[in-house]
Amino acid sequence: MSVEEQVGAARPGDEVVKEARPTRGLRGEAMRRLLRNPMAIVGFVLILVFVAVAVFAPWIAPYSPKDNSWLSEVRPGVYPGPSAEHWLGIDPLGRDVFSRLVYGARQSLLIGVVSLAIGATVGVSIGLLAGAFGGWVDALVMRLVDIMLSVPGLLFAIAIAAMLGQSLTSVMIAIAVVNIPIFARLLRGEMLGQRAADYVLAARSLGISRAGIVFRHVLPNSFTPVIVQGTLTLALAIVEAAGLAFLGLSGSDPSAPEWGRMLTDAQVALTSAPQLALYPGLAIVLAALGFTLVGESLREALDPKLRR
Amino acid sequence: MSFLRVRDLTVTFSRPGKPPVRAVDGVSFDVASGQTVGIVGESGSGKSVTSLAVMRLLPARNVRVTGSIMLGDQELLTLPARQMRDVRGRDVAMIFQDPMTSLNPVVTVGRQLVEVIVRHDRKSTTAARHDAIALLDRVGIPDPVRRLREYPHQLSGGMRQRVMIAMAIACRPRLLIADEPTTALDVTIQAQILDLLRDLVEESGSALVMITHDLGVVAGLCEQVHVMYSGRIVESAPAAGLFARPAHPYTDGLLRSIPRIDDDHHGRLHTIRGSVRDVVAWEHGCAFQPRCDHAVDACLGGPPPVLDLSDGPPRQVRCPRPMNQPAPAPGTDRREVSA
Repeated sequence: MSVEEQVGAARPGDEVVKEARPTRGLRGEAMRRLLRNPMAIVGFVLILVFVAVAVFAPWIAPYSPKDNSWLSEVRPGVYPGPSAEHWLGIDPLGRDVFSRLVYGARQSLLIGVVSLAIGATVGVSIGLLAGAFGGWVDALVMRLVDIMLSVPGLLFAIAIAAMLGQSLTSVMIAIAVVNIPIFARLLRGEMLGQRAADYVLAARSLGISRAGIVFRHVLPNSFTPVIVQGTLTLALAIVEAAGLAFLGLSGSDPSAPEWGRMLTDAQVALTSAPQLALYPGLAIVLAALGFTLVGESLREALDPKLRR
Repeated sequence: MSFLRVRDLTVTFSRPGKPPVRAVDGVSFDVASGQTVGIVGESGSGKSVTSLAVMRLLPARNVRVTGSIMLGDQELLTLPARQMRDVRGRDVAMIFQDPMTSLNPVVTVGRQLVEVIVRHDRKSTTAARHDAIALLDRVGIPDPVRRLREYPHQLSGGMRQRVMIAMAIACRPRLLIADEPTTALDVTIQAQILDLLRDLVEESGSALVMITHDLGVVAGLCEQVHVMYSGRIVESAPAAGLFARPAHPYTDGLLRSIPRIDDDHHGRLHTIRGSVRDVVAWEHGCAFQPRCDHAVDACLGGPPPVLDLSDGPPRQVRCPRPMNQPAPAPGTDRREVSA
């Protein structure tokens, strides 16, 4: 690395190395590491399938998810299993399970993305406030965050969803609120760590303003774990959404396709047709697994300490 | 006509549950415009804290800074924070020890350089970019246009330190403080960076305070040298005089610990016995006394006197028995400046 220094000017050999790797940002390097990780590829495939199913649900699902025209075929204890017409069988209320599963992806993705957007935005803002100002602002904000974190997540979401009443919006808000303190504390901690970094001292020694230091130096260096957390939070939001729906807190329409509600509906037939609970359960696990795998791989790819 | 005038600078760190530590203890020195001044000392001697105090970059909590730091006719210690931010980078800039960590890793070199120029020179980004290219070229970075778009991790350590220097000189400060700017670099690059600094200072006429533990750096670069030990300056002298006739036993020990290529007896290298932790509080005597080969009873029992040895350029030593000095003429006593 010191050859070019010794000669005073770059030597041809050095140029070749730099040329082979043109100006590539940190993100480019992280992306390359990410794509070398098989776990990440599995995660990406799962997410891709999940998103594709959600987006193209009307074209994939053979029937309407609310269509209960096969109610006559259902008798207590007898639920038609997989067949050519109904790939995953019929549920206790006479609806096509496969169609409900496909449309359920839509609901899960919607709740996940919206609640993440709200939770991350508010959480990041609060964390930024605490991390940028420090002192009593930080102390006050972080005590509030601690209080929020002291309540178990799902319990907190149930309380909020119950308070706001049965609707999709209240589910999204409930899950978002649960995630606010997680993002706030993450960003704040990262920013406090970065504030002590050498490059921040160097920037201060050059007279860069406080706002400049926060927004151009500390924040961009603190954001990596937030991106990772965002991916992991999507997984969590899908599970939480299913949990709330399972408890009957999702929407006012009981026939709406929702993986959590499918679990509830399968309860009555658990002894005779356990596969009815298995399908939505698997869907929840696979979707959540996709985001978790990508999130964890992202953490590894971005964390210089874990670089292999 | 000193440009920087530090008087009785004292930095006290208070530690919860422990007695406070005086990292810098009544340090005074001057830097004339265009002058290069070295501050030498080992780890923990207070030299870096002195430089951070001048920049007012010490943390506000648990740190007390007293004394006076005059930059031109401005007292920096009482300057409001906003004005101090204007001073930093414009009037005084600092070069840090570790170029590997002193650049923002997620921002391109160009944007970091442009940020400084826009901040103080109130230029458009385009104009600042032109300046940035010229600056990178000036500090010896080949192909500056391309380097501007690169991230710090794409540059070698020496290159990064050149970028740091470019950022420091971007707004033509009248005082540069370099805190061990070559310590983290390879030996060959060290020499190049020092050459670059010397050239830049000569060219721009700005003053340079070089903080270092390396007497070799001082010998090649500085006009005036201050040797620090345990928070105080123990010897101040023009570089030539210091190397020819070190007056303080600590300076003498430092000089004798440097391996010499023309050393004919291939014996063991001289070391100063003990460690920097073996100190006497300055109030009770000379802090260096426990490690000093020339210590006498007079070294303890009270703060050692500061003697003025100058027979021309300013030269002072904080020791009752300065070394390598011609015996004072009978009847005349050495002037004692302070105790």
